[in-house]
Formats: sequence, structure tokens, C-alpha cells
Amino acid sequence: MTDEPTSGGQTPVDPPVSSVAYKEPETEIVEEEAQAQEDLATTAPEVLADSLGEYLRAWGKRVRSGESGAVPVLVGLVLIVIFFQIEQSTFLSSENLVNLFVQATVFILFGAAEIYALLLSEIDLSVGAVAGVGAFVIAELIASPVNLPWWLGIAGGLFVCALIGLLQGSLITRLYLPSFVVTLGGLLGFTGVIIELAQIDKTAVGGVMSISTTSPVYNLVNANMSPALSWIVLIAVIAGYAAVSILGATRRRRRGLSAPPLAVVLLKVGLAALAGVVVVIICTRNRGTPLVPLRGVPWVVLLALLVIAVWSLLLDKTKVGRYIYAIGANPEAARRAGINVPWIRTIAFMLCSFTAGLAGLAYESRLGSIATDIDVGNLVLYAVAAAVIGGTSLFGGRGKMIHALLGGVVIAAVFNGLALMGISAAGVDIATAIVLILAVTVDSVVRRRGATSS
Amino acid sequence: MGPPAAREGPRHLRKRMSTGETATAREAGTGVPADGAPLLSLRGVSKTFGPVRALTQIDLDIPPGKVTALAGDNGAGKSVTIKTVSGLWPPDGGEILWDGKPVQLHGPKDAEALGIRTIYQDLALCDNLDIVQNMFLGHEPLRRGILNEDDMEIAARKTLEELRVRTIRSIRMPVASLSGGQRQSVAVAKAVLFKAKLVIMDEPTAALGVSQTRQVLDLIKRLSSQGVAVLVISHNLNDVFEVADRIAVLYLGRMVVEEDASKFDRQVVVDYMTTGQSSRGLQAAGIGAGSDPQASGRTQ
Repeated sequence: MTDEPTSGGQTPVDPPVSSVAYKEPETEIVEEEAQAQEDLATTAPEVLADSLGEYLRAWGKRVRSGESGAVPVLVGLVLIVIFFQIEQSTFLSSENLVNLFVQATVFILFGAAEIYALLLSEIDLSVGAVAGVGAFVIAELIASPVNLPWWLGIAGGLFVCALIGLLQGSLITRLYLPSFVVTLGGLLGFTGVIIELAQIDKTAVGGVMSISTTSPVYNLVNANMSPALSWIVLIAVIAGYAAVSILGATRRRRRGLSAPPLAVVLLKVGLAALAGVVVVIICTRNRGTPLVPLRGVPWVVLLALLVIAVWSLLLDKTKVGRYIYAIGANPEAARRAGINVPWIRTIAFMLCSFTAGLAGLAYESRLGSIATDIDVGNLVLYAVAAAVIGGTSLFGGRGKMIHALLGGVVIAAVFNGLALMGISAAGVDIATAIVLILAVTVDSVVRRRGATSS
Repeated sequence: MGPPAAREGPRHLRKRMSTGETATAREAGTGVPADGAPLLSLRGVSKTFGPVRALTQIDLDIPPGKVTALAGDNGAGKSVTIKTVSGLWPPDGGEILWDGKPVQLHGPKDAEALGIRTIYQDLALCDNLDIVQNMFLGHEPLRRGILNEDDMEIAARKTLEELRVRTIRSIRMPVASLSGGQRQSVAVAKAVLFKAKLVIMDEPTAALGVSQTRQVLDLIKRLSSQGVAVLVISHNLNDVFEVADRIAVLYLGRMVVEEDASKFDRQVVVDYMTTGQSSRGLQAAGIGAGSDPQASGRTQ
């Protein structure tokens, strides 16, 4: 038998073709090296590095080649903070920063909602109106005459939001309607529903439902975890995060799988701990008066961080999350892989509307009321802006929940800083627009440089 | 004819004779492959789309552990054939036999359940997912409701090593950063991972450079050496002659010839592809095969 691979066994006794005759392509070893050099640029550093230095080099290379991740938005945030601190020395006071965190939670939750739609390469224009409906339902369920306990009221409001998501998602995925049109209809229709809800309820005077100041719904924003509780929660969270990531990386190393070096894991845990400590220190300083002290982390900050954490786990560690990414990049591939594409897309729209309901909860808690004049149109734009500023792509398949966190903080910082400077509403709108366009420009320029031609 | 064929035993003699004696090569194509039962057989399969007869009474045998190349000009019915076999378009008439037993393929799931995996030209990979995630897409193992990344990575690495795909630096790289040949490797590895018995590849080397093509052809050979039946559609006769053990040619929806690759030369295949027949027939390669030193070498 020659090593000619086309040699077909024409006799029944012939062994399976060329299992011995197969010739290894030795020329490719050289190519492999060249290829590996290229690959370094676009690969997550975890999968390549064996030491901290190597990791940082891989990371730097990746940033330069276009996979910059969160770097541009972090740099932008630092610049914004420096600018406002120079303009207004009160910007970095703990009083103002806590206010900024609370402002940010609404944008963060809206951004998190919108990310579910954006990951599918769809858009949900109705998040603002859905949040309004959810907020009204919650407010009416916990007020007289219904007087449900606060947690049932919240559950009811979020349930209604999820149902709305199911309705819109079904229209989009079963009838093949464009999400832009369906959710535009939702934006208009649910704004009307809000007005109806206000008219049905006799307690909504002039279209305003106020929240009782003793209700936990009000206290979500307006009450704080005690400093002791704040520290306990922080320590528990950091300890849990450290345990999971260190044990996970050790286990993967032991099994011979790709894992970041221990130094990198420790560095990440350290940075997370540092950020947490800074936030808690800011929040636990007295920001009231000496006579009426005010300190502690507002509950809503914990809520927003919890939502981001849970949704991140859902996207990274569950089938639903994996399939959302797959559908966002290549729906046809997902379909051929046996994934129930319409159902996964519907679930994503339900998660989007559900998270919008949480944003509505934070929104009404902050205002202490919910009114029919809620600006649902603007809220949608901030939802998209928070996601996109954070680094989520409008074209599907690329984005993380942490982007909503970063984008939400940036928008809140711009709002907060310009308000401190006494800039008019018009100026705030223009400034937000500039930040948004800048963020997308940076993203676009950086990505184009890093685009591969495969 | 004569002594050389007789030397190879009655079975080959019979086959060679039929090849030589019939004027139409089509009958030669119905011959059972030399080394036993085919894994998949099409018997008189037809497919029409309205007034268009896309396939007319197709016969095709795909033996295990061999590479069968399906050649034909544009519109000859190659795509319809593979879509029929992969369950996308059930045939209007005729039979599909799997391991000798008739089967009905009503959808891709039916074909997959049998062990038929089709790799289309677009490869159906998600650019934003890494190699492991792509290979397991739709079939992820879970541990306590959470994706079991460790097991996936171990199984994916093992499969790629079996296929000797070595140019990939890390299997946690997003597929977007891979070359065309590497992407093809990932698609093939995905089929192997799920124990495919028949892998159908649609133009696997189209749009690939020289070294990438090399890589994919090596992969195809390795796949068949592992006992997997491979059906390759290709326009590129270089590739066909490089990897194929058997060659089948479609012309205007009819199977005009199906024989061991050693019985063809390039010009004969081109004749069949463009005219549906060859004045040279298989005589040059087929009848003379016994005395052709290269061909007789292969039969040993």
C-alpha cells in the first residue's frame, strides 16, 4: 500500500483506509507558531497566560488590537469625574456620591433590561412604558383599597411586566414581526395603560400615586443598611467571590484546563474588594447632620448589584444565557443546533420586561410616587445609552451585564455633575448626547481596528 | 479484463465486467461497494419542486470508512441530494436505506438521530462563542443546572486531539479569530464529538487558501480512517482526487456514474460532469485497471 491517500480498499480484507499511511503535515508546525502569535491578540488573557506578567502583556495586546472591553468606559468615567471635581468641589463628597449611586441604579436596571434585547440583535423600545406599568401596579397593590403586603405587591408588578414581555416576545417570535415595531406599539400602548391605571384607582389624585413613606417600597431608596450590615454584606460577598474564583481556578488547573494564574485571580478579587470597600466607606460616612446622622448603603444599591450579579450568572452559566448569545450571533446556527430559537427569544424579552419592572420599582421609590407624566420615551433612550456606553453591541451577541453597571454610572455622573454645576435641562440633554455619541464612536473605531477578516 | 481481474476474485471480476460491458456507466454505479454493505444507500430517489425535476431516480451507496465525492456542475442536484440525506427535504419517491434498513427522514433531527451530520458551507458557527461552546452548542452537559464547562472542555480537547487539529492555540478562543481551515476543523470536530457515522461536507475547501485546504483535506482523510463515512461535495477536482475513495457524478438530476476513484481520471470526470457521459468511458481507467500498475497496487 502506498501512502497515496486516495487508495480505496478494493478487497474486503483491506484495513480501514490509510490509518497507517496517513502522513502528518509537518509543514504546519511553522504555521502554527505564526498563527499563535496572531491569536494572542484576540484571545482572553486567561486562556494563554501562565503568570501575572504574561497575563498583563496578553491583556495589553488585546486592548491594543481592539478587544478593549471595559477600558474605554473606565477611562471616560475617570475623565468625567476629574472634570466635575475640578468644576465643583462637592462632586466627590460622600453626600453627593451616594446620591449619584442612587441615581445610577435606575439607569443600571434599565440598561440591564435593554441588554437582553440588544444581545439578540433586537431592540425593546417599551422598557420605559413597561416600567411605568409595573410601578403603577406595585403602587396600587400596596395602597388602599388593595393593601397587599409590600413583597406581594412587588411580585404582582413584576409578574405583570413579565407577562407583557411574554406578549411582546410572542408577537415578535411567532408572527415574525420586527421588535422595533412591536415595542414601539408597546411604548405607545402601555403609556395609555398607565393613564388608564391612574384613572381606575381613586387614590391616584391627578394621575399621581404616592407611596407611603413607611412602606419598604419607599425605603428601598430612602433607607439604608446599617453600617454594620453594610460591612457584613460586603465581607460575605467578597469572601464568596474569592472562594468561588480561587477554588474554581485551582480545580481547573488541576484538571489541566485553561485557567487564569493564581496571581491574576487574587488581583481580580483584590480589585473587587477595593471597589466594594471604597463604596461602603463612602456610604457609611455620616452624610446627614451631626444631630441627625445619615449613614449606610441605600438598599437600592444592593438591589441593583444583586440584579447585575444574578443576570450575569444567568448569561454565563446557564443554557438560556448561552443560547441568547448564540442566537444573537447566528440564529441559523442556533436553529441547526436544535435550540428552540423562538422560545429562547421570547424568554429574553420576558427577562427584559421583568428587569424593566425592577427599574420602575427603583424609579418610584426614588420619587416617592409614580405619575402618569413619567417620561417613558426618555427612559428608553437612557436604557439603550447605558448599555451601549458600557460596551454592549447594537448588533447582537456581544455584551455583558457589567456594561449596564458601567454605563449607568457614567450617565448618572453626567446628570449629577451638570446638575451640580447648575446647567439647564437642555444642557444636560446635549451633554448626555455627546457622551453617548463619543462612547459609540470609541467603540466603533476600536472594533474596526480589531475586526478579523475570517 | 481477463487474468488480472480473475486474480482478484469473482466479486471484482463481476464488477469489472459489468463496468466494461455496459454501454451506460449508470449501471456500473449500482454496484455494491467492494468491501461490503454500504452505510447509507439511496435507491431510486426522486425529488421534484413543482414542474422541476431536481432528482430523477438517484442511486447512491456510501460505504463506511471511506470518502465518497459527489461531483456535478451547478444545478446538477448535489445540494438537493445532501438536503435529502440530511432530512431537510424528504424525497418524493424512492428509498433511503441505513445499514440496509429503509428509513424515513422527516427532518434534520431524524438524520441526526441516525448519526448523519451535515456541515454546510457556512459552517453554522457562532463567532462570539469559543470553540468549546460552539462544539457543544445545543447539547451542553449540566451539573446542578449549571453549564458543566470542565467536562465540555475536556471532551472538546480530546476530540480535537483525535483529529490531530493542532494549529489551534487555545480552545477557549472565540471562533471569530480562527482561520477558515480552523473553522472547518471545529465544525468537523463537532460532528465527531457527537459520534457521527456519516459526515456530509458541502464544499469544504471553497474559499480556502492552499495551506488551509491542505489542512481540511488531511482532516477528511483522518475522519474516514476513523471509520466514519464521509460524503464530500466539491467542484474542485484536485480535492476530489486527493481525498475520494469513490466518486459519484450527477448530471441534470441523474446519477450518471458512481465508481471507485481509481477508475477515473480527471478528464473522464469532467466529461461526465459536463455532458453526462464520456466517450472515454471508464475503459481507460476501469478496464485497464487490472494492468495499470498503480491501480493494482491499490487493491493489495
